[in-house]
Amino acid sequence: MNIITTENLTKTFNSFTAVDHIKFSVKEGEIFGFLGPNGAGKTTTIKMLTTLLYPTEGSASIAGFDILKQRAQVRENIGVVFQEPALDTELTCRENLDFHARMYGLSAETRKKRIVEVLTLVNLLDKKDVLVKNYSSGMKRRLEIARGLMHSPRVLFLDEPTLGLDAQTRRVIWDYIKQLNKIENTTIFLTTHYMDEADFLCKNIGIIDKGKIIVMNRVEALKKSIGNDVITLVCSDNIVLQQRLSRELWINKTTLYGSFLTLGVERGEEKIPVIFEIARQVNVSISSVDVRKPTLDDVFLHYTGRHIREQTTEAVVSRAFKPVGFHPRRQK
Amino acid sequence: MMDRKDFQAIYMLWLRQMKRFLRTKSRVVATIVQPLFFLFILGFGLNIAIFPGMEGSYITFLAPGIIAMAILFSSMFTGVSVLWDRQSGFLQEVLVAPVSRLSIVIGRTFGGATVALIQGLIIMVIAIVLGVQISGLRGFLLTIFFMILLSFTAVGFGLILASTMRDFEGFQSIMSLIVMPLMFLSSSFYPINESLPDWLRILSFCNPLFYMVDGIRGSFTGINYVIPPLINLGIILVICIIIMVLGTHFFNKSEI
Repeated sequence: MNIITTENLTKTFNSFTAVDHIKFSVKEGEIFGFLGPNGAGKTTTIKMLTTLLYPTEGSASIAGFDILKQRAQVRENIGVVFQEPALDTELTCRENLDFHARMYGLSAETRKKRIVEVLTLVNLLDKKDVLVKNYSSGMKRRLEIARGLMHSPRVLFLDEPTLGLDAQTRRVIWDYIKQLNKIENTTIFLTTHYMDEADFLCKNIGIIDKGKIIVMNRVEALKKSIGNDVITLVCSDNIVLQQRLSRELWINKTTLYGSFLTLGVERGEEKIPVIFEIARQVNVSISSVDVRKPTLDDVFLHYTGRHIREQTTEAVVSRAFKPVGFHPRRQK
Repeated sequence: MMDRKDFQAIYMLWLRQMKRFLRTKSRVVATIVQPLFFLFILGFGLNIAIFPGMEGSYITFLAPGIIAMAILFSSMFTGVSVLWDRQSGFLQEVLVAPVSRLSIVIGRTFGGATVALIQGLIIMVIAIVLGVQISGLRGFLLTIFFMILLSFTAVGFGLILASTMRDFEGFQSIMSLIVMPLMFLSSSFYPINESLPDWLRILSFCNPLFYMVDGIRGSFTGINYVIPPLINLGIILVICIIIMVLGTHFFNKSEI
């Protein structure tokens, strides 16, 4: 059964189209990932699905309720962990959860029981009476995930759940996400621009870029579609070599990306000597070669012609060059 | 339209504001001390001045204005602190909950009004200690009613500001360009009567705050007022309803 379905969902800000007629569905009980670079429209999609933004066009339904006409019912059935922290730091962990529980109309006994349950799940039970302002960012994230689960929602939205966290904390959070999907049987819709995250957590993903869904499928199927191994070549004449190699039937696909060339093949390591031999015949010298299993980055590159990483690095660099003291996210 | 969940939400939003108020000691101190400065410095500094047509001491005249000021600033701050919740992200948590926007507005207004009322009462007690004569129990109760209405109006005004502005700089300029002149035109600091230039009197009568201050003065000290308190009450009730409806409307309309 589909728990989320969207129909031509669109959001335009002035003349900029952030989300452009997207259409997808998510099955009940799965972990679905929306993978795309910064500014692809992931957060805008989440905000429309969680009733915080009105779509310019199109509609969607969650757990059978329409996001435009049955906003209250939609809200009752979802939990959200926003990209920016959304905790009241002047309150303690328990008070934040209590606030949430009452806003969702839980009874006194249920509140007490759930607080213990969700805090046990994210391992914060012993810190429940500490003011949230004294929490680390990893603890805050865990608390937010716990809070999203308080009212046992059918769908939990996670917007970049591990953004800005260190590798170790990310691993811990991934484990929690997998666990709660299993234990509470909550459907999870997450957005991320980390490929390893989508790879580790999701069975199905949608790749979104510039407001459009480029492709949607099972992670394995997406990787398979470009071959079991990916060979990346840098050589003196990419065009000549590509033309020559595209005649070889054992190569699934050759793609030219400006300065380099990729080939999708089976048993890549055995094919390298053959490729060198062919290159020598057409007088092209190969300066670098790389063989690996396809990653979601290759999938992204394959469908969009760009690396998802390039943009991420760019974002990091541009942030690093901002004037001292301007760290909007960290400040709060 | 409102169910149990909405009442729970109102209570929770109120409780949150109480907790935050009591935990930020600096705010408690600052919001009480600032009006007290006005009360003490202006009150004693201008006590020897003689205003035409003024009954009683200057501090008796000034006290209602300062009570109004304390309530106005505190409540406006509550309204505008929605902006802070928006910047810290907490507003999203509130807006995504399955409660009506109206109960969110009511919860915040009650929270802000309670805080403002506590501050107003503290100023009131200090004024009485300083020798301000109160008109009686009926006047006192009427004053409380005026204070609540003023507080609701100011929270509503703050909500309008918070829904139309994106940062605190805008709030600062509104405070100094609109609220301070309104304060000066409200008869808080000097009596509004025939001895003033016409334009100044007309401006004062166009100022909603004038009716609030005049109403508090008429009920609290029972002297030096221009309009009978119950007529003021009627005027303020209308203003309060208009501003609250507008505030709720703007808050409803604002997206994240």
